[in-house]
Amino acid sequence: MKQFKMIAFLLIVVFVLAACGPAAPDTIKVGINAPITGDIPKVGEGSKYAAEMWLADIEAVGGLEVGGKTYNVELVIEDNESKAESATKANTKMITQDEVLVIVGPQSSKQAVPAGDVANNYETPMVSPWSTNPNTTLDRPWVFRGCFLDPFQGPVVANFVTEEFGFTKAAVLYDVASDYPKGLAENFKDAWESVHGEGSVVAYESFTTKDTDFSAQLTTIINSGAEFFFAPQYYNEVALIVQQAHELGWDAPIVGSDSWGSAETVELCGEDCYGLFFSTHYAAAGATGATKEFIDRYEAEHGYVPDDVGALTWDTLHLVQQAIESCGEITGDIAADRQCVRDALASITDFEGITGNMTFTEEGDPIKCAVIVRISDTGEYEFYKSACP
Amino acid sequence: MTSFLQNLVNAMQWGSFYALIALGYSMVYGVLMLFNFAHGDVFMVGAYIGFFVSSGLVALSALGMLALPGWLVLTLTIIITMFLTSFVGMLVERVGYRPLRGAPRASAAITGLMIGIILETGNLALLGAERISFPALIETTTYDIGGVFVTNKKIMIVGVSLLLMFALHQFVQRTKWGMAMRAMAYDFIVVPLMGVSINTIAALTFALGSGLAAAAGILFGVAYPVLDPYMGILFGWKAFVAAILGGRGSILGAALAGFLLGFIEIFVAAIFPSTLRDLIAYSIILLILTFRPHGFFGEAYSAKLRL
Repeated sequence: MKQFKMIAFLLIVVFVLAACGPAAPDTIKVGINAPITGDIPKVGEGSKYAAEMWLADIEAVGGLEVGGKTYNVELVIEDNESKAESATKANTKMITQDEVLVIVGPQSSKQAVPAGDVANNYETPMVSPWSTNPNTTLDRPWVFRGCFLDPFQGPVVANFVTEEFGFTKAAVLYDVASDYPKGLAENFKDAWESVHGEGSVVAYESFTTKDTDFSAQLTTIINSGAEFFFAPQYYNEVALIVQQAHELGWDAPIVGSDSWGSAETVELCGEDCYGLFFSTHYAAAGATGATKEFIDRYEAEHGYVPDDVGALTWDTLHLVQQAIESCGEITGDIAADRQCVRDALASITDFEGITGNMTFTEEGDPIKCAVIVRISDTGEYEFYKSACP
Repeated sequence: MTSFLQNLVNAMQWGSFYALIALGYSMVYGVLMLFNFAHGDVFMVGAYIGFFVSSGLVALSALGMLALPGWLVLTLTIIITMFLTSFVGMLVERVGYRPLRGAPRASAAITGLMIGIILETGNLALLGAERISFPALIETTTYDIGGVFVTNKKIMIVGVSLLLMFALHQFVQRTKWGMAMRAMAYDFIVVPLMGVSINTIAALTFALGSGLAAAAGILFGVAYPVLDPYMGILFGWKAFVAAILGGRGSILGAALAGFLLGFIEIFVAAIFPSTLRDLIAYSIILLILTFRPHGFFGEAYSAKLRL
């Protein structure tokens, strides 16, 4: 009897809830999937701070206005621990439980590639600000990004070194267990060999995530006759690689990629990294206009110059904001609203961001320029050159 | 030839860490017949304590209260940190293992895993996930010996490791405490009946092992100055492999196996494609264990602590 009462009660609850139907909500939820803990916490911190600054701007004017109605915006920030499985879990949770309208993140390709699959399956728009691996958006109409791609970045680095130093023999040291370094190392190798011929990459050495000793690989690189080496690694490994290379007697250039751009690279690496070059999304030193405004404000609030992740997250949130605004109406039917935001994102042209102008292609990738940055003798990221597609 | 010698030098440094950590595993097993799976994380805690001690000493020097050269700061850091971390080890034993002394072996084993996770996440909660940069206490000088590059740090790391292993050997062989440990390893049922307290000896064993792990932590910080809360996990596993390979309970075996592991890892990475390093390295070790299932110095059904 008791059980029967319980079931009857539950049924009533279900019916009452079902009867409510989709009512137009007052709040728009935006999910942030970021590595707050794990291997690259500085990346998570930059994402979070940029998102909070964006939210503060919206709250300052009372909310986000869509089609004449003003909505509150809520950020749902989930930590992906810099792990692929946690990133997919975070996406699933935000999409199904929190019912976010759109997801910003994850940042690195290792998480963005699998998490993009989840977003695409649930038909929820996702924009990764920082993931440069092609697979993140490949054949996924619901997934976008706010940065250039590795097949573009690889040749940028190869051409820069060829023009700047006139080298012909290259070496690569990369993490084989992570999507981003692995993909970029391959793109670089292809680009270098198409310019300098087969066999011009004289050493192609790898390691796995969490390794701290690279002495064997570096010894091989040093003895291979390479004139420089390319290390598309994250900031925590950059410091170890560069210092160990110098301790083993290496004094030629070491060239990096956009993952070097973290605010923490120089802090961990110190003088060993001064004078090195890397390709990235924007250069903080010497910025002007809206970029400078963002940098100054970020530095005033958080005490350090924002890295590329912060700037890209900022741009991505404004892209998302523009897409939501151009939707014209939030119906409260989450599936329809998500569809609308996706379509709006796909049709954005000539968006003026602080990391450059963006126009989206069919694949959900923006066309935008890369910059080559030199780490100055005081540890600042100086603009050196830009390379546009 | 140069590259062989260079990799030999690289391997000496890398093996030192495995050897120092493996000693802790091996001693605890020898005396108490259990594996302390939290040992890798004690290594991590040691590195962090070393960071705070050395930063403190550097700050005092900067304020002009101490005028110490870098090598003296490092020496003091090692001594103070070993001392402090040995208390962490004793705490682990007191909280994690002593209450479970009569419990099934499996319970004690998972206790170690749990304490390890508590230490990692506790650190994460306390200090956040940011990487910590270990202060550069000594200027790096690189010597070019006929094309082989050796730094003063490498010499120091290998030297200090060997010195500590020698000191441990002397302690276990020549002191009364060491004799008590060896006796306990021989028979931990009868020896307590002779008036030797098993709790005291257990605490001593953990303290010694943790002290060595702390020294490894500081030397690690000197060589690879980026610390993170999870740095001890993989090291713990691999040092555990070294402890088994050396022969369970054998101190000399653990030290030798630690160095051997370093050599195998470095040379596999140097000769084969580096992607296959761990695959090949640990297949080799599996093969060694197939032919010597009790390790180099282990005997069947014996857990004697021998040197």
